[in-house]
Amino acid sequence: MTVHAHPAPHVLGEQYQSLEQQHATAEFGMWIFLATEVMLFGGLFIAYTVYRIVYPDGFAEGSRHLDLAIAAPNTAVLIVSSLTMALAVRTAQLGERRKTTWYLIATMVLGVVFMVLKGVEYYQHFLEGMVPGLAWTYAGPDANAVQLFFVAYFSMTGLHAIHLLIAIGIVCVCVLLARRGAYLPPERHTSLEMVGLYWHFVDMIWTVLLPLLYLFGFHP
Amino acid sequence: MSERVASGGGYVAVAVVLLVMTALNIGLAMIDLRGFNSVVSLLIAAVEVVLMAVYFMHLRWSAPMTRLVGLAALLWLSILMAGTLDDLLTRGWLPVPGK
Repeated sequence: MTVHAHPAPHVLGEQYQSLEQQHATAEFGMWIFLATEVMLFGGLFIAYTVYRIVYPDGFAEGSRHLDLAIAAPNTAVLIVSSLTMALAVRTAQLGERRKTTWYLIATMVLGVVFMVLKGVEYYQHFLEGMVPGLAWTYAGPDANAVQLFFVAYFSMTGLHAIHLLIAIGIVCVCVLLARRGAYLPPERHTSLEMVGLYWHFVDMIWTVLLPLLYLFGFHP
Repeated sequence: MSERVASGGGYVAVAVVLLVMTALNIGLAMIDLRGFNSVVSLLIAAVEVVLMAVYFMHLRWSAPMTRLVGLAALLWLSILMAGTLDDLLTRGWLPVPGK
């Protein structure tokens, strides 16, 4: 895509010299925000790692109480949702309004599928009495350390779920905007691309959570 | 710096690679790697994260400034991790009284 000599005024903000500059500015700002998000989740990752080093047996035991049969397909769901999001942005770059709308709907549906499966897993923890503070009946070995593991587990997956919920809400709005042609002409796709960055970031966090929480218990 | 529209097939290929890597990661978790399971699984996850950032998040086509922000996030994260773990992992090294 090349810079138009005289882009329509509603495409180029008056504070920018070119579409390229406008796009780079949005991208830069979004990445700064995502960098702060990395620090937010990074703090939780390191807290988890510290306690895992201090209580290796209890954390391995806790990890074995998670359900990989739900988490594994859920990971695939998120990766495919990232693909549909990337394709939504791509079709918006090309000005294909209908395709963009459908890819966004697919992304949203996959996000909801993830949330439902995650909810099923949470419910299982609830039935097993492994929810600290609400329903905790586990009395096996290292019960206190296992409880600490589940506090970390619910903090991290919970914060991730809140992020995904927000992302689903934003994509929902984007579906309506895309239908109305808000990303036309294609030069106006930047805001959708920024939503895409957020969506991929949420996928990224889960990619780290899978080995950190689920895979670790098999051979600690 | 001008914006490129990547091919749809390219995105599909990246997604397939990510799915295969996730399957590999889960498969390797079932095998005893003699203490290296955590390191290997986190390394695979790290490669996946980089693939997502470079292709899905367009870092490959981004302005240098944007890439710098991504690198800065990694730098600060590594300071956070190194600064915490260098304390925790070395506490037993010296017989300091009263620690």
